[in-house]
Amino acid sequence: MIPELGNFALILALLLAALLGTLPLVGAQRGIAAWMALARPLAVGQFLFIAFAFGCLVWSFIANDFSVVNVATNSNSQLPLEYRIAASWGSHEGSMLLWVFMLGGWTMAVALKSRHLPDEMVARVLGVMGLVTIGFLLFMLLTSNPFDRLFPPAADGRDLNPLLQDPGMVFHPPLLYMGYVGFSVAFAFAIAALIGGRLDATWARWSRPWTTLAWSFLTGGIMLGSWWAYYELGWGGWWFWDPVENASFMPWLIGTALIHSLAVTEKRGTFKAWTVLLAISAFSLSLLGTFLVRSGVLTSVHAFATDPRRGVFILAFLALVIGGSLMLFAARAPKVGGGGRFEAVSRETFLLANNVLLIAAAGSVLLGTLYPLFLDTLNLGKISVGPPYFDTVFVPLMTPLVFLMGVGPLARWKEAKLPDLWQRLKWALAVSLVTALLLPLAAGSWKPMVSFGLLLAAWIVTTTVVNIRERGRGVRGGIFAQLARQPRSYWGMIVAHLGIAVFIVGVTMVKGYETERDVRMDVGDKVTVGAYTLRFDGTTEIRGPNYRAARGAFEVSRDGQHVTTQFPEKRVYNAGGMPMTEAAIRSTPLGDLYVSLGEPVDGGAWSVRVYHKPFITWIWGGCLLMALGGLLALSDRRYRVVTQREAGAPGGATARS
Amino acid sequence: MKPRHRRFMWIGAGVLVLAAAVGLVLNAFQSNLVFFFSPTDVVENRAPQGRAFRIGGLVEEKSVARASDGLTVRFNVTDTAKTIPVVYTGILPDLFKEGKGVVAQGKIGPDGVFRATEVLAKHDENYMPPEAAAAVDQAHTRAAMDKATKTVKQ
Repeated sequence: MIPELGNFALILALLLAALLGTLPLVGAQRGIAAWMALARPLAVGQFLFIAFAFGCLVWSFIANDFSVVNVATNSNSQLPLEYRIAASWGSHEGSMLLWVFMLGGWTMAVALKSRHLPDEMVARVLGVMGLVTIGFLLFMLLTSNPFDRLFPPAADGRDLNPLLQDPGMVFHPPLLYMGYVGFSVAFAFAIAALIGGRLDATWARWSRPWTTLAWSFLTGGIMLGSWWAYYELGWGGWWFWDPVENASFMPWLIGTALIHSLAVTEKRGTFKAWTVLLAISAFSLSLLGTFLVRSGVLTSVHAFATDPRRGVFILAFLALVIGGSLMLFAARAPKVGGGGRFEAVSRETFLLANNVLLIAAAGSVLLGTLYPLFLDTLNLGKISVGPPYFDTVFVPLMTPLVFLMGVGPLARWKEAKLPDLWQRLKWALAVSLVTALLLPLAAGSWKPMVSFGLLLAAWIVTTTVVNIRERGRGVRGGIFAQLARQPRSYWGMIVAHLGIAVFIVGVTMVKGYETERDVRMDVGDKVTVGAYTLRFDGTTEIRGPNYRAARGAFEVSRDGQHVTTQFPEKRVYNAGGMPMTEAAIRSTPLGDLYVSLGEPVDGGAWSVRVYHKPFITWIWGGCLLMALGGLLALSDRRYRVVTQREAGAPGGATARS
Repeated sequence: MKPRHRRFMWIGAGVLVLAAAVGLVLNAFQSNLVFFFSPTDVVENRAPQGRAFRIGGLVEEKSVARASDGLTVRFNVTDTAKTIPVVYTGILPDLFKEGKGVVAQGKIGPDGVFRATEVLAKHDENYMPPEAAAAVDQAHTRAAMDKATKTVKQ
């Protein structure tokens, strides 16, 4: 009964989405106030029905209703409660419902948080989001219904893939989807602006907090995914350039470019057409990511059963969204007009260069991801593009980007002077160079790549210090009083940029100084990695809630002093008999000690991976800082106060700098 | 210098930088492509010598042997028509099993043994790496075609 209710709720949500995708848009075009006013209640209603359907699915999982195909294939009566809930989005169908749930949530959030926007704008934005929702609801109902029944019901479920039985599964997909789907808001704002012909600084200010919020979620989601892969896949890598990861990374790169371009549009009124194009691209890449991951074109931990109908549907939807929005763009963009002029050396130019580099990076990822698929589809052979390609491309592309990150925030809008920038930055450069040359010596051995990585990180930190110092110089009060007056969006930028520095330190140190050893260990054998010595004390059999495992004990010491004991496991899950490596990780801010069991060899000996990964947690710490920076920026007063002022005098606002 | 000239100079510089970036990307792309070959391709000398590539197929039954160091593993990869011996030092992925699909990346030695630097993990018990599946399919089609031609000859 409950699954049928869920299904019914989805159909009702589709009807509401169909209304939302038409009436308000027509109303805005014809100036029918009553039709425009329908947008908000429809958005709320649509969300309530989707949320109800989502609740029904979760309930089916909690109640072990194995008469639902989705539950029978992805859950098991022995599965602990938290993973039964997470299994709701562990399958293709469930994850699509999660996607639509998020989309409905964003739509409702826009409906509720847009009191200050003109009615036409709200009607158009919500209408466009309604159109996107129609696409996804149709996709679900036609090709991948999460509530399909199984007859006769299964006695027990086939279990959730053991790799997914992890707290990461509870948080990573929802957070990532929040980001992915969040770009739909930026997209809807862009389309609404194109339709309405209102593309100005005010528009950028409305669209900006939503974009930043989506970007922060996406950053957090990617971070969690990377961290999860690190400790769960059992071999200590944190990024694999896997097509599925790339699928989430491309919207991130374009999203990052979009945030910066929106800043220019808001402050200076330029880059308008460009910003709109980026908003369309960011969402299109989110859709492309969904297509890649969900259509079965790619096979990986994320891909589910292959059904050609799904691929065709998503591809058609993709073509419609991208083609339609680009056509609209082509028709309307020339009328948008340019903004303020700027000189060749100015903050605008630096931000433009930042955009170009980010897009080049996204383009190179796109090439590496799609080209193998392309060849395969045309039967021209099977190839793969490995991590070396991405590594080779990314360092030269990111280096100028990081350099610009130091200069850009210090340059004046409109026109900057190179000699002046040099005067202000020469000390930052000198300090960075010295730090980069000397610091690796402290770590034991000097390596050019390490020195180079640290130079980039130090450059960001020192230029940030210069930036803060200059901001703190004021007429009124001391430096702290002056800094306290700086807006939160400023601090958001500072925090996010420092996050990049922290991230670079992590990557550099891991690449430069990691020790990876695959060894055979008898009971009592010792192995040394970094400053640590590990002694293998044998394995014992243990039983978990739904698995059996061999648990190894490794006594860790440093300079003869006992530090800790690590217990990696080799699990075999009861349902399905799938083996799983559960690594034991000891994390400190200065480095991780990573132990995982390979296979039993003979006479109690095991093959064992022992890794020392210096500073690896900084990688995720850096991402976390970036996401926090985003959240800090969007809590800025100006998005609340100024917009309220605008509500009093619509259309009268121009760009503030 | 007139402003117009200066603008041209900037545009020119931009185009140069962009061209350099594209060149860099394409060059890196070209030199990092990893091609895939089936065991039959390798036996028929269609795979490159001295360059890394991937092979895929099934791990032949009863072919997995471990050397005394506990880390070096020898096994045969087959597409059911031809078989290639593979040697790999390191820890195999969890789902590596005799009779199951596998993909290995490495170089072929002069002795005809494939030295794998990487054996690819599967994420799911029922999942067959697409390359492995393709290799076996190809071998089957070829066998069927051979049979057909033989029948015709008789």
